[in-house]
Amino acid sequence: MHGVGPWVLMALLGAYHGINPGMGWLFAVSLGLQDRSRRSVFRALPPIALGHELGIVLVAALVIGLEVLVDSGPLHLGAAIALIGFGIFRFLKPHAHFRWTTMRVTRPELTLWSFLMSSAHGAGLMVAPVLIGLSGSSSAAAAQDHDLHEMKVGSLSIPETALAITIHVAAMLLVAGTVAVLVYDKLGVRILRKAWLNVELLWAGAFVFAGLLTLFSV
Amino acid sequence: MPRLTPDPSFYATPAEAAAGPPERLGYVVTLNTGTNGDRGADGLGVLDLDPASSTYGRLVGRLDMPNIGDELHHFGWNACSSALCPWAPHPHVERRYLLVPGLRSSRIHVVDVKGDAAREPKLVKTIEADEIARKAGYSRPHTIHCGPDGIYVSALGSPDGGGPGGIFLLDHDDFDVKGAWEADRGSQELAYDFWWHLGYDTVITSEWGTPKMVEDGLVGELLLGNQYGHRLHAWDLKTRRHLQEIDLGPEHQMVLELRPAHDPRQAYGFVGVVTSTADLSASVWLWRRAQDGTVSAKKVISIPAEAAETGQLPPILQPFGAVPPLVTDIALSVDDRSLIVSCWGTGELKRFDVTDPDNPRETGSVRLGGIVRRAPHPVAGPLNGGPQMVEISRDGRRVYLTNSLYASWDAQFYPQGIDGWLVKLDAGADGSLTLDPDVYVEFRGERPHQVRLEGGDASSDSYCFPDH
Repeated sequence: MHGVGPWVLMALLGAYHGINPGMGWLFAVSLGLQDRSRRSVFRALPPIALGHELGIVLVAALVIGLEVLVDSGPLHLGAAIALIGFGIFRFLKPHAHFRWTTMRVTRPELTLWSFLMSSAHGAGLMVAPVLIGLSGSSSAAAAQDHDLHEMKVGSLSIPETALAITIHVAAMLLVAGTVAVLVYDKLGVRILRKAWLNVELLWAGAFVFAGLLTLFSV
Repeated sequence: MPRLTPDPSFYATPAEAAAGPPERLGYVVTLNTGTNGDRGADGLGVLDLDPASSTYGRLVGRLDMPNIGDELHHFGWNACSSALCPWAPHPHVERRYLLVPGLRSSRIHVVDVKGDAAREPKLVKTIEADEIARKAGYSRPHTIHCGPDGIYVSALGSPDGGGPGGIFLLDHDDFDVKGAWEADRGSQELAYDFWWHLGYDTVITSEWGTPKMVEDGLVGELLLGNQYGHRLHAWDLKTRRHLQEIDLGPEHQMVLELRPAHDPRQAYGFVGVVTSTADLSASVWLWRRAQDGTVSAKKVISIPAEAAETGQLPPILQPFGAVPPLVTDIALSVDDRSLIVSCWGTGELKRFDVTDPDNPRETGSVRLGGIVRRAPHPVAGPLNGGPQMVEISRDGRRVYLTNSLYASWDAQFYPQGIDGWLVKLDAGADGSLTLDPDVYVEFRGERPHQVRLEGGDASSDSYCFPDH
């Protein structure tokens, strides 16, 4: 993967997580409804975005760490196995989750909930091949420039990774916030019955696909 | 194939549920007491409730349980509207299975009622008493509630028939017993019903008695010694810890059915008390959770005993010279405006306007059966047994009622035996309650207990979102 592709992909994945009712906007809406307060909707969004970000930072740190320790070949192989394995798991147990939280949450609890939710959903894991792709493109660019003064760990730069994650979470927050306000102000939660689509199998398939792509993109 | 959109019978809010399509089918469990001379299996019957159908008001299907002597009693769905709760969402599971416990055998039957099986229910799994005892330490499963994160089941006691009773969890995919629910039960020992205020992370449980206290019939000395349950318990749904015990007073014996407001923004509910040892009256209490989390309860309805000649009474009541109302079930409409109260002893079904929950106003009453009165149904003549399990349709317009309580207790209060019946009543917008002469289902050699309605009913679903 080269050029703007990975960045756009990071933003699109963020938008996808943002629009998914299970990733947080619906929780924000329900807190607002319970409190009869639009402010409660907005108050809930930052902790949700933070938890989502932590889930991705964790995977990114893992990728960067592994890049230091292992060559890109085994890294691709490991990531591919993890992705395919997780995809198969989501096929077999689409409803699997930890015991979450309940309705009355503090902000740290909301952050933890979002972290667990995005991790179980594989939000961070899905970002791994994109980051690996980014590292591929940046090391290719670095090879052309012979510019070895950039701050790098392995072949993936920390600022690039941070930017990628920021783009992802910003897209997620923007979409989640827009949907939350739209549902709270205009559409109402009755929209759920028609609009809460089951994309579990598609999402599980996306993991297997991303895994195969990673496997053959060494 | 998995569903693309949420199950159409899952509703985000109570008003949405009330506006949904009316039920066309109902399910009723039947208890076989062997009154025909041969003891058969208990069953799950299917009722045609579509007024346009040629078999309206009749049983059109049935599943016999594989064993004899289960004592089917209450039952519930594997999943319902609570699956839409945003903090534990699984919106694409189906409301497909009825979980039907045997209160005496402690077996839980998992019955498929989807598609063709809606009229020909199929048994797909049996959870044996041994698994429940081994994994949860409980026995005598009673109430089933579809929770946001799994199936919750209350149990009367431990496998040896003593206490404590409590709640255990089942996986909502494979129905494996996940274990006891409580992290800390505090002072709670007796169990019966449970339900929750999802918007406030609060669970309320009630008290009847341990299996040893109830299985051979009502024990007079225990009752007069005020040894049956007389408390409510409040719990934290998140930490699973006991928070508070609310004692209604020792004379208020047997605190049974819990009906919390369906509006998740409200934190009050109603609970029925079978009888008072002070004056044989029955009562309905209002509990309310305050802002600081403490729960209080107060009596809002009191129904007096009715005087009777000793010769008209069964032996257990002869010393008292009166018939107790025996409030054994109550039902709260999905809009939280109407409360229906069963008086199994006196044979009366009462309707109250509870728009102001602190001040219920009686708006309707129908007499049916009763220990002394034996009030008739238009198509059946004098009835025995009395109004017992009562269920309200989601739109609040139809009420379904059956007449048996629990085999060993039936024998004490209706010693001549109970001929099973199921009737339907219409609940008018004006607060009235009237019998529908077209629906009278007679059971021969069997007694019906709880009724569940296709797509959910007033006591099956909890909602995660308030209206407006």
